[in-house]
Amino acid sequence: MSTRTINNTQEFSWKRFFLQWEWMLVALIIIIFLINSSISPYFLNYLSISDATMTFLDKAFIVFPMVMIMIMREIDISVGSTVALSSVVMASLYNAGLPMVLAIGACLLVGALCGFFNGFLLVKYRQLSAVIVTLSTMILYRGIAYMILEDQSAGEFPTWFSFFGWGYIGSVPFILVLFVVMAIGAVLLLQKTVFGRRVYAIGSNPTASRFSGVKVDKIKLIVFTLAGLMAAITAIFLTSRMGSTRPNVANMYELDVIAMVALGGISTAGGKGKMLGAILAVFVIGYLQYGLGLINIPAQMLLIIIGVLLIASVTVTNLRVKGKLQKKKSKKKVKKAS
Amino acid sequence: MKKFSLLSFLMLVLLTLLVACGGEETGSDEGNGDSDGGGDDAGERHAIIFKSTGNPFGEKLMEGFEDAITEAGDEAILRAPEQPTVEGQIQIIEELISQQVDSITVVGNDYDGLEPVLTKAKDRGIKVLSTDSAVNGNSRMVHVNQADPEAIGRIQIEAVAEMIDNEGQIAVLSATSQASNQNLWIEWMQKELEKSDYDNIELVEVAYGDDLRDKSVSETEALLQSYPDLKGIIAPTTVGIAAASKVITDKGLQGEVVVTGLGLPSEMAEYIENGVSPWMYLWNPIELGYLAGYTANMLVAEEITGEVGDTFEAGDLGSYEVTETEDGTEVLLGDPFRFDADNIDEWKDVY
Repeated sequence: MSTRTINNTQEFSWKRFFLQWEWMLVALIIIIFLINSSISPYFLNYLSISDATMTFLDKAFIVFPMVMIMIMREIDISVGSTVALSSVVMASLYNAGLPMVLAIGACLLVGALCGFFNGFLLVKYRQLSAVIVTLSTMILYRGIAYMILEDQSAGEFPTWFSFFGWGYIGSVPFILVLFVVMAIGAVLLLQKTVFGRRVYAIGSNPTASRFSGVKVDKIKLIVFTLAGLMAAITAIFLTSRMGSTRPNVANMYELDVIAMVALGGISTAGGKGKMLGAILAVFVIGYLQYGLGLINIPAQMLLIIIGVLLIASVTVTNLRVKGKLQKKKSKKKVKKAS
Repeated sequence: MKKFSLLSFLMLVLLTLLVACGGEETGSDEGNGDSDGGGDDAGERHAIIFKSTGNPFGEKLMEGFEDAITEAGDEAILRAPEQPTVEGQIQIIEELISQQVDSITVVGNDYDGLEPVLTKAKDRGIKVLSTDSAVNGNSRMVHVNQADPEAIGRIQIEAVAEMIDNEGQIAVLSATSQASNQNLWIEWMQKELEKSDYDNIELVEVAYGDDLRDKSVSETEALLQSYPDLKGIIAPTTVGIAAASKVITDKGLQGEVVVTGLGLPSEMAEYIENGVSPWMYLWNPIELGYLAGYTANMLVAEEITGEVGDTFEAGDLGSYEVTETEDGTEVLLGDPFRFDADNIDEWKDVY
């Protein structure tokens, strides 16, 4: 034993491959589909399954940046308010005479600015926690939305605007097409690029990353701005579905999004979890809700079921992380001994 | 191994939960199937969506709706989102469209916000109507209204004026700022206040309790804080009036601040008896739901189309005619009913 090589690519193992949390979610989706189609005769047809995506995908766009935020040990609870504010700005600018295309542009801009402001506060005042910062902006953004519309609703959009929330490309809902395209982009961004590796690095050890030359602040700013931008996209879809908007839309969306991310196996301790898991979790929660809706389960019951599902997933994923660590430790010991 | 057993255990918990829910539902389906046998054409399904869960007025309304539907031998589906939001109602309506129900009766959380999804429902051949809180004329075929909004608005001002001897500050504690029925009544209240009889009455604020108990309580407290000379509160919503009465009672302000408006007798009996609310008004939500159920049935049977001039018999309630409003058509239940210390005893157990 004169030279020691460190093998940094793990050997491929089928066991490890199938033990991934993502398979668990795939299994859950299959189970939910089976149960849904056995309890309701109206579930298992193309129209029903595709239309269902229109009911839950609007908020799912925020899942992409939220995964990165949570991997970096941060959180953003202001996204629901960002949705409301960008939606309200879009509607009032359009009603003030701006062309709809420009109003949509303004909506995206406002969303991105909201996100940027969160990120700015966080990197400028590093001692502040993300919960407190985004809690403040959550109240602030919602407040501005109320100030603009003063408890009224705004709408009367051009008819083509309803395409976002209600349109189909061929027979596939537009929102589903866009979601899948963006999901592929998000997976590649987090899993295959240097940027993605750095996000994980920051989550695993922020201090070490900073000292090893990772531009932590810059990456945080980008990710939080992205969160605002995605919230604006959610705002466009949501507003299009309602045909009008009010300052109190998208209430509690942040919690729905965080629930999807947590169910996706992203560890709250940072550095762990995959984009694909959260994307699958979107469909788990979405189809679970939709299926229970088809048999007219009362709303409270639905909350209980989703709560149970979340507790289950969080305990299991955290146990899994712990288990792996222990395994690694024991392996090391074995090596030393030999 | 340990995590595997844990995983499978959790999956089992989930499965049982789901199957339990599913089983319950199939059970009730079978029950309905039996009763359908004796009924008319092959068990229609009529859905009603209230503003949110946990609202006693809504429960009574849906109860009346269910009565009308089951009497006709059909199946009633009662739904409500857990928060009073348009988003929640849109999702439920999508689910009902997938279930191919025959009619959807909605108590709208927003006047315009449900138009796209209700239009989709109508395009799929589902009859759409609203009750209690209207949706816009394009979204619905007909609206089943409690009473003439003008009468409801004016009568509450008359009541509060009498209680405070035509003098002092009053405030309104409403539901959400977007509730179309409450907003219309408040408009009529403001018109009534323009009369010279009420020159000494000042409407200081319209507060919004969002039909949530805690928010209504804190809004009432804020009103009392901001206007120490406040003499009366009008709450044209059942959640608001009960919350306001409770705050006044708890603070020992009986006789100094009066509460009136629209309330449920069962919830308000205590406050009518202790004098916080000398009297208040309401129509019968069970009858309103019943009339809505009947109207839904008539639309599905194509006996009426929701056009002005359509007439129909609604069981025990008598005959009704579809009339025109500023936006769309409606059916009017009747005048609001006054509940006071003399008659509250006989009503408080009814609803």
